[in-house]
Amino acid sequence: MSGHDSKYFTTTKKGEIHELKEELNSQYKDKKKDAVKKVIAAMTVGKDVSMLFTDVVNCMQTENLELKKLVYLYLINYAKSQPDLAILAVNTFVKDSQDPNPLIRALAVRTMGCIRVDKITEYLCDPLQRCLKDDDPYVRKTAAICVAKLHDINAELVEDRGFLEILKDLISDSNPMVVANAVAALAEIQEGTTKIIFEITNHTLFKLLAALNECTEWGQVFILDALSRYKAKDVRDAENIVERVTPRLQHANCAVVLSAVKVILQQMELITSTDVVRNLCKKMAPPLVTLISAEPEIQYVALRNINLIVFFCKYNDPIYVKMEKLEIMIKLASDRNIDQVLLEFKEYATEVDVDFVRKAVRAIGRCAIKLERAAERCISVLLELIKLKVNYVVQEAIVVIKDIFRRYPNTYESIIATLCENLDNLDEPEAKASMIWIIGEYAERIDNADELLEGFLETFPEETAQVQLQLLTATVKLFLKKPTEGPQQMIQVVLNNATQETDNPDLRDRAYIYWRLLSTDPEAAKDVVLAEKPTINDDSNMLEPSLLDELLSNIATLASVYHKPPDSFVSRVRATVQRDDDEEYAAESLDPESSSAPVSEITTSVAAPGGVPGQPAAVPDILGDLMGLDGSADQQPMTRSLPVLLSASAGQGLQISGKLVRRNGQVVYSLMFENSSQIPLDGFMIQFNKNTFGLAAAAPLQVPPLVPGRSESVVLPMVMYQNVAPGPPNSLLQVAVKNNQQPVWYFNDKISIEALFGEDGKMERQHFLETWKTIPDSHEFIKELPSVCVNSVESAIQKLQATNLFFIARRSQKESRQELLYLSAKVPPNIVFLVELATVVGTAGVKCAVKTVSPEMAPLLFDALEALLST
Amino acid sequence: MAGAASALFLLDMKGRVLVWRDYRGDVSAAQAERFFAKIQEGESDSSSQDPVVFDDGVTYLFVQHNNVYVMTASRQNCNAASLLLFLHRVIDVFKHYFEELEEESLRDNFVVVYELLDEMMDFGYPQFTEANILSEFIKTDAYKIEITQRPPMAVTNAVSWRSEGIRYKKNEVFLDVVESVNILVNSNGQLVRSDVVGALKMRTYLTGMPECKLGLNDRVLLEAQGRSTKGKAIDLDDIKFHQCVRLARFENDRTISFIPPDGAFDLMTYRLSTQVVRPLIWVEAQVERHSRSRVEYAVKARSQFKERSTATNVEIELPLPADATTPNVRTSMGSSVYAPEKEALVWKIKSFPGGKEYMLRAQFGLPSIVSEESVPEKRAPIRVKFEIPYFTVSGIQVRYLKIIEKSGYQALPWVRYITTAGEYELRMIQY
Repeated sequence: MSGHDSKYFTTTKKGEIHELKEELNSQYKDKKKDAVKKVIAAMTVGKDVSMLFTDVVNCMQTENLELKKLVYLYLINYAKSQPDLAILAVNTFVKDSQDPNPLIRALAVRTMGCIRVDKITEYLCDPLQRCLKDDDPYVRKTAAICVAKLHDINAELVEDRGFLEILKDLISDSNPMVVANAVAALAEIQEGTTKIIFEITNHTLFKLLAALNECTEWGQVFILDALSRYKAKDVRDAENIVERVTPRLQHANCAVVLSAVKVILQQMELITSTDVVRNLCKKMAPPLVTLISAEPEIQYVALRNINLIVFFCKYNDPIYVKMEKLEIMIKLASDRNIDQVLLEFKEYATEVDVDFVRKAVRAIGRCAIKLERAAERCISVLLELIKLKVNYVVQEAIVVIKDIFRRYPNTYESIIATLCENLDNLDEPEAKASMIWIIGEYAERIDNADELLEGFLETFPEETAQVQLQLLTATVKLFLKKPTEGPQQMIQVVLNNATQETDNPDLRDRAYIYWRLLSTDPEAAKDVVLAEKPTINDDSNMLEPSLLDELLSNIATLASVYHKPPDSFVSRVRATVQRDDDEEYAAESLDPESSSAPVSEITTSVAAPGGVPGQPAAVPDILGDLMGLDGSADQQPMTRSLPVLLSASAGQGLQISGKLVRRNGQVVYSLMFENSSQIPLDGFMIQFNKNTFGLAAAAPLQVPPLVPGRSESVVLPMVMYQNVAPGPPNSLLQVAVKNNQQPVWYFNDKISIEALFGEDGKMERQHFLETWKTIPDSHEFIKELPSVCVNSVESAIQKLQATNLFFIARRSQKESRQELLYLSAKVPPNIVFLVELATVVGTAGVKCAVKTVSPEMAPLLFDALEALLST
Repeated sequence: MAGAASALFLLDMKGRVLVWRDYRGDVSAAQAERFFAKIQEGESDSSSQDPVVFDDGVTYLFVQHNNVYVMTASRQNCNAASLLLFLHRVIDVFKHYFEELEEESLRDNFVVVYELLDEMMDFGYPQFTEANILSEFIKTDAYKIEITQRPPMAVTNAVSWRSEGIRYKKNEVFLDVVESVNILVNSNGQLVRSDVVGALKMRTYLTGMPECKLGLNDRVLLEAQGRSTKGKAIDLDDIKFHQCVRLARFENDRTISFIPPDGAFDLMTYRLSTQVVRPLIWVEAQVERHSRSRVEYAVKARSQFKERSTATNVEIELPLPADATTPNVRTSMGSSVYAPEKEALVWKIKSFPGGKEYMLRAQFGLPSIVSEESVPEKRAPIRVKFEIPYFTVSGIQVRYLKIIEKSGYQALPWVRYITTAGEYELRMIQY
């Protein structure tokens, strides 16, 4: 049944689009269909064929199901970038949703739900309503899912139109698949809100249990997952559910099995009869064991889910399965089976995969720590492994032996000699550090401890911090235990090294502490350094009980695979936010931290102007400096929050956002390009129209090629007075951007004057007063900013200073509680602004008075002040 | 708990998108690149080769098949087991359609691929994966058939695996009872794993909607019926049924009743742990290293089942050092081939009756120069493959297979038994 569709991928390069256009409008059906296939093929390989939108949509009205499906597929892909044209398709959709063929009815509803364009969504409601009550179950089941789609796009609409009610009615549908999909849709909608939308009642419970026996395997998973959230009323209820669910354990689909296990575990909490519980456990165990012989990927999920079974690694297991099995074997190890387990571990420790071997060696150590009685056997296995002299095995073994020593102090010191034989082979920091720890800890029993340590000391400066720290401590221990001449010299060397020739503060501080201790009171030093250490336990595989509970209710889902609660990785933006159908936006607000954090807490990597050297610090105290930094961070435009200049819908998928800012004394245009089209874009160029300040690019625009889905931020340096527009000043900045793939885009930006203020705008007080007087009062402009509220004069000053609006003086008026601020700023070359701000701290309303020689500029300044003060 | 996939990707081995279908609009095609970058970086680090990969809020579940990655991306806490299994089913469906799922077949059939993806999953929820039924309304040569089809009843029916109106001149059922034996013997000669996974594989060529009933020598059932179970009945540990079997009915009275799908399917699988049973074929290898340049193997293979059965196509794979040369092998039965690509000697015995013992002696040269670093040798186990027809380890027996259809035809059931080696591994004695 092989096809020959690959021919559609080979297309003539030039004039391809034009050719396709002609073929699409051909009167011959076959030619038309081939053309649509070519379009889809082009779409598949990532070419942008959105310009053919109208022509493709014209093919929509066809009797041919295959052609229709292809056109629909095209629509799903491009409707978003052509929302205005997508409306052309609506009529056909509505017509198709009433087609006599149920396949077409379902197809129309399904596709409409996938088109996330508001205009289409409005038209979706009526067909959806009809289809939810369609005679054909195939259409109903598709419509049920479609309600969830619609809810994702526009939740209110779903509630207003009463779709939720209809959906709930579908739970009682006669067809099991419709029930299953309705359950899936309801569960999804429930997930997004806190309102109780989907509650399983006695009545629905009965329906669900009935449908469970009849629907497809996937449907069974939906229903079981929903059932696992149902809280049974009493024991009988719970027993009833369990009884109906238990047969599912025999299903060949292991997703069904795992979900059934989940339901049973949930309900078991209520069941009091120990007999029943024991019986259930007996029934659940074998299916879980069988999962281990399923496909390796499934095994992995199963293993992450169960910790019940003893088994061993097979030679050909994929490594991720082996690792998981190892974990479980550690958990299962007990006095009874330890011999067998150790034998297995030993076997694994001689395998080829280095990571696995290490893990196996570590596993032996963990067993020793976990099972006191087995510790000796573990040690002997480790020693055997050390004798193999395989470098990484030895190193790993030493690391775990250190842990064993800590767990059982003064028990197994006899093996130290063996360990010491391997000193020369150690090259990994962790193993080295462990060995040094052992030497230091048992310095009194190792005759040549000082020689051994001295060997390490030679290379002290080159070691990693971890080893250095251990070495320092070990030397101190050695000295305290054997206060002879040799160690004394050593300690001198170490302390010198650690205090003077290192730039690691941890090491230096520790060395100083030891030094002080040793020089003041060696006895105290002994107490501190040689104190009893708390014993360690093997707790690396414990899960918090509460987490465990939550995970159990999430069996088979990703949460149980990650062993984390769902919230910690689920990034889906909740329904309310999702409504904005801009994909990029959704992608960005995923990171909960950055989207919820107040703006000022995000520090950008660019140097904050407040910290630029040579800038006079207005407020001397440290706190003020810090606040200044805060304030200036505010001014740093974050690439994330740049205003959008060209929206993705207007730019055929290219979105440009940007803002003029000042950075290190230079005006720059901070820009962000996001490509959400289907094709890679490259060869970006930028051009500015004449404008009041003559702003122009100082260097060519450097945007790397943008593959679909990528975004790039760029900083374009700007120069002033290059192409000054005559006429009255205004803040309009007209920009043109082009690339090799798309037409030229034109858009307007507003020049924010604060980006232009020079660093040399600061005036002496005296000079300010004189200038103020020399400028005639006709050049004074006053504006009230009623909505702006200043809460702290200091921070306001900091904020303004950060944009080179320099603070001159401040006056407080007692009776009116008004604060008066005087500031100056200068736009190069010499447009000076003198500003007076009057406000009552904590109440809204700021009065600005500006004196300037260029009166036309005053409105721009007011805008800037308003923007600055209200952030 | 509800959770759905956001998109399904089919990628080639270089991580390029062959076909992808966006189901929820919350991921983009660029996700494929990130996924691929993530597995690439994991290549060296074995632990991140998991089939579940998490990156920046998106979870990728993937399965590799031939030169294609089948992958879903999801932003929710979705049902991982269900989605991974779904991916396997998707592969099955594609295999049914294109014979083999690989880059070329996907490209050759991208139109159908899109159609199938549309039908198998909706809004990220698995919908329908019965290849038989799907191919009734999604056809590869669809442009030849201009009639607009309706969805087969089966898509939404309680019996979603079989369509009505199937016709055969000769009504036949083939039932193969296949048991595969998995054992693992550790280097001390101890049996650490031993179980049997059995499957009842059926091929049905039946007219209409036949009602089938299968009787096994299941101890629970026989005892419930009050029949004598002398020696013949067996205990099945863990039984799994194809979705066509009425599970509730089985739970009630242990009756296996079903309406079968058309064609081949696995009716039932079961498992039994047989700690007591001796390995059917026992292999022992003695290794002698003469100096550094020569190594000698003496391998003994013994069949430990009844004499009336015979194992066929026995293949014993004996692992060798990677640098072994100049093989010199003598066998008392069968032939041997040195397979350097597997670093093994393969000893093949066409027919191996029960209660027999065969020997193999082999000698290999080793390079005299040995690297300083004594990297431990890869310790592969001895692996054995075999088939024993007309024999089951469990002793399972099909007592009857009744087929009732309203047209009242007589159908012929054919039953076969066979035991094969599954993961049959014996670790070498350490030397």
